[in-house]
Amino acid sequence: MVGVKLFRTWSSPFALRAVWALKIKGIDYETIFEDLSNKSPSLLQYNPVYKKVPVLVHNGKPIAESLIILEYIDETWKHAPLLPEDPHERATARFWAKFGDDKVLTSIWSVFIKQGKEQEEAMVPALENLKFLEEELKGKKFFGGETIGFVDLALGWLGNLISILEEIVGLKVVDGEKFPLLSAWMQDFADAPIIKDNWPPRDRMIVKFQALRDATIAAAAAAAAAATSK
Amino acid sequence: MADEIILLDFWPSMFGMKVRIALAEKGLKYEYRDEDLFNKGPLLLEMNPIHKKIPVLIHNGKPICESQIIVQYIDEVWKDKSPLLPSDPYHRAQARFWADYIDKKLHLLGQRLWRTKGEEQEANKEYIECLKLLEGELGDKPYFGGENFGFVDVNLMPYFSWLYVFEIAANFSIEAECPKLITWAKRCMEKESVSTSLPDRQKLYDFFLQLKKWHGIE
Repeated sequence: MVGVKLFRTWSSPFALRAVWALKIKGIDYETIFEDLSNKSPSLLQYNPVYKKVPVLVHNGKPIAESLIILEYIDETWKHAPLLPEDPHERATARFWAKFGDDKVLTSIWSVFIKQGKEQEEAMVPALENLKFLEEELKGKKFFGGETIGFVDLALGWLGNLISILEEIVGLKVVDGEKFPLLSAWMQDFADAPIIKDNWPPRDRMIVKFQALRDATIAAAAAAAAAATSK
Repeated sequence: MADEIILLDFWPSMFGMKVRIALAEKGLKYEYRDEDLFNKGPLLLEMNPIHKKIPVLIHNGKPICESQIIVQYIDEVWKDKSPLLPSDPYHRAQARFWADYIDKKLHLLGQRLWRTKGEEQEANKEYIECLKLLEGELGDKPYFGGENFGFVDVNLMPYFSWLYVFEIAANFSIEAECPKLITWAKRCMEKESVSTSLPDRQKLYDFFLQLKKWHGIE
């Protein structure tokens, strides 16, 4: 089997990283949309360990985990590089991508799935993490410098998902006054030619994430009730 | 100009061990500094202000944080000796995948083995399942890297240093379940870069008993 295939869902922010990278490199590929409640035998065969999207399949060989996929794309198609050449700069880029997933995403998600006092408390680490990103943007248009790079793609979900989550919980997380550079970057990234045509439909996203929040809160309440009644 | 390399570390740390092994594989001279994690020094706080964690590699004054990122950095800078990652992009992706799996799964499961009361049986079972998956990936190769010791080998060996502790603490043995991994670990320990980078088992076990006390676990 020759060519490039990308297994994804319509909404996965992680899959978008691969979409953007392939577009930046001008690589033709076939998209296979998965229904995660009914995973295809192909997906299970290509990602038996996690059974998740995205999975990139190149000439029949699968690569899983979105940041690993980004590095694979960058190493296979060397034009329009995503990572810098200098080893220390590369290490720094990898650091910020990891920080985005390990800390920024998890802390913002925490704010999103909580309410009341718990949500207030969850805001503290979320804002601290965003402040680190704000500092990192000093003197730069994108995290990659003048052009979009590895870290921009890794953090790119902020450019779309933040406003959706903010609308659902009625809370401003990335305040334009507190985070002027980050807000500007989110706008510049979201509007960039390669990026802006690939965002999933906003109304569908709102419905999906509202349902996810409701379900998570209900499950947490049920678990708490079960714990106290033991 | 000679390279100045400092490693901020904590001797029982699995993450620190990875970096020590990588530095030894490349035959690099460096200054090792053991950090007091209850009383973190100013250099650590300056070099890793975001996480304030070890290991941190400081190369000619510039810090690199996060063990996997450090190992890749070492491999890229000193690329002419003992390459850890393969040269082919697909195999590199596979190596990164398994190293990431080890960090994501083994680390968490290892903690569950001794921290959660009442879930020991299940924790043991899951841990062994993970190791079996890794054993499947090793197959009949001498190393995860193939003929040569590589990136995944560097990432997994430190867990084997702690496995001795887990086996005693959680009362299970992987010898019967994962014989190939045991053979692999013994082969790795024959390498000087590995044996000189990992702590003495007994010392580690004594540290573990102290750790349990700190966590209030009998």
